[in-house]
Amino acid sequence: MLQALQLCCQRGHRRILEQVELALEPGEVLVVLGTNGAGKSTLLATLTGELAPSAGQVLLDQRPLASWTAQERARRMAVLPQSSVLAFAFQVEEVVAMGRMPHASGQRRDAEILREAMAAADVSHLAARSYLSLSGGERQRVHLARVLAQVWDSAEQGCLLLDEPTASLDLAHQHLTLQQAREMAARGLAVLVVLHDLNLAARYADRLLLLHEGRVCAQGSPWEVLQVERLEQVFKVPVRVQPHPLHDCPLVLS
Amino acid sequence: MSVPAVKRTILFSLGLLLLLAIVLSLALGPVSIPFTDAISALLRPLTGWPVAADTQLIVEHIRLPRTLMGILIGATLALTGAAMQGLFRNPLADPALIGVSSGAALGAAMVIVLGGVWLAALPAALTPYTQAAGAFAGALLTTWLVYRLGSSAQGVSMASMLLAGVAIAALSAAVVGLLTYIADDAMLRALTFWNLGSLGAASYDRVGMLVLCCGLVWWRLPRQARALNALLLGESEARHLGVEVERVKRELVLLTALGVGAAVAAAGLIGFVGLVVPHLVRLMLGPDHRQLLPACMLLGAALLLLADVAARLLVAPAELPLGILTALLGAPFFIALLMRMQRRGGL
Repeated sequence: MLQALQLCCQRGHRRILEQVELALEPGEVLVVLGTNGAGKSTLLATLTGELAPSAGQVLLDQRPLASWTAQERARRMAVLPQSSVLAFAFQVEEVVAMGRMPHASGQRRDAEILREAMAAADVSHLAARSYLSLSGGERQRVHLARVLAQVWDSAEQGCLLLDEPTASLDLAHQHLTLQQAREMAARGLAVLVVLHDLNLAARYADRLLLLHEGRVCAQGSPWEVLQVERLEQVFKVPVRVQPHPLHDCPLVLS
Repeated sequence: MSVPAVKRTILFSLGLLLLLAIVLSLALGPVSIPFTDAISALLRPLTGWPVAADTQLIVEHIRLPRTLMGILIGATLALTGAAMQGLFRNPLADPALIGVSSGAALGAAMVIVLGGVWLAALPAALTPYTQAAGAFAGALLTTWLVYRLGSSAQGVSMASMLLAGVAIAALSAAVVGLLTYIADDAMLRALTFWNLGSLGAASYDRVGMLVLCCGLVWWRLPRQARALNALLLGESEARHLGVEVERVKRELVLLTALGVGAAVAAAGLIGFVGLVVPHLVRLMLGPDHRQLLPACMLLGAALLLLADVAARLLVAPAELPLGILTALLGAPFFIALLMRMQRRGGL
């Protein structure tokens, strides 16, 4: 679905990404981990076409990303940014409806999708509120509903990229958001999530990709990637890894 | 989503308000004409209703071109103001405040004075077009400059926008002052006129120029309504929603500069319409550009006509410059908005 081949990226003289290889498949959740400044945001910007790589290629459906028109791409790929700058008093429902902008699926279908996407992000009760009256976490969920609406019907054709979607959310909504990411993967979408929390990553990801100083330091299942020596080397903090008492995944203690 | 009935009612009411303003603008002035006579005179070419010759003369040759100019300029200033606020992601952007109108006036003044020598050979009917071309160039350069000076990921900051406006207004005033030394009497009158803003010099030549320029703006700008909505989320979000951001931005800058340039060339500096009107409409209809833009055109035209009627009546038989009147009304409005945003910490 979405592929990065030998991706390199440079800002000024600094190499931010070095030879990153990545393949995002339909139906899976891939979580990208790494320290601050490891290149996660740059990787996401390159994968979405926001930033041109200095070498290497990004392919969407085997076709170079740059050869897609903006609208074609928007029908296939939705991106949730870390934060948004909306300073106008739109109603929540109007913000979510912007997610249907690239599509021509008709008013009736759009209205159904809006309802479902708002329910999925737990913002239905806010539908008629002004966006400006919401808290940071509520705003974040409104944008989640917007990007869910954008690829709601895309199934195996779609991919969803979330940049630290849990950053300003309470515990319940952190889990709700990542459950939604899993739901979308279950419908066939390819989902990529950038996260900081190793345990949320371990619990919800099919595959982890650990970035360190612009390179892929490890890639694989949570058990393969979350190993003590590697984590201590990357994060420079002593850790212990043990089986999660409730779920079938590793638990990282630090 | 379909437009809710409430929003349609509001749009319809704004249309009625505009009709009322048109009738008032035709009827009121130093010579008052009964409303029915004003309407009969307007419709005489179609209906053949009998009208007194002097009434017919006043309506046809004085009030009608002035009213048409008021509609064209009011609607265009409000429309470009709303578009500029969307482009800059800042609800306080206004072509006059950020110096775009000053840039346009400077461009027009350069054409009047410096172009006087080369352009003297052109027929007089083309004068509105050469001045508009100068104003357009000035407006375009200023918009681009302000955008480059002030834009960041968070939108264009109010401070840098206003500072750019101050700088460009100062530059414009200085250059216009310089031009007064080499201008002759006729040029001097024209220069003063830019700084005050007035519909007093209405003529069918100017109306023709405005129809051409503003027509293009009216036709193209509302097509970008959805793209403007998406742009309010931020440029990369708009790109992810399928908007070709660079192309849309280029088109918006060109169209707003064309609209402001044409308005300034025809009537000088009329400030605050582009700030006050979109703000009032947002309070009624919300920020969705698909309804905001047409509503701004209706309300902008209506308010400018009403302000012009007031400018004619307040000190009759003399006449207040319209730009002074809109500034007297608009500046306190702007200060109140600033104070409210300051209190919310949003500045």
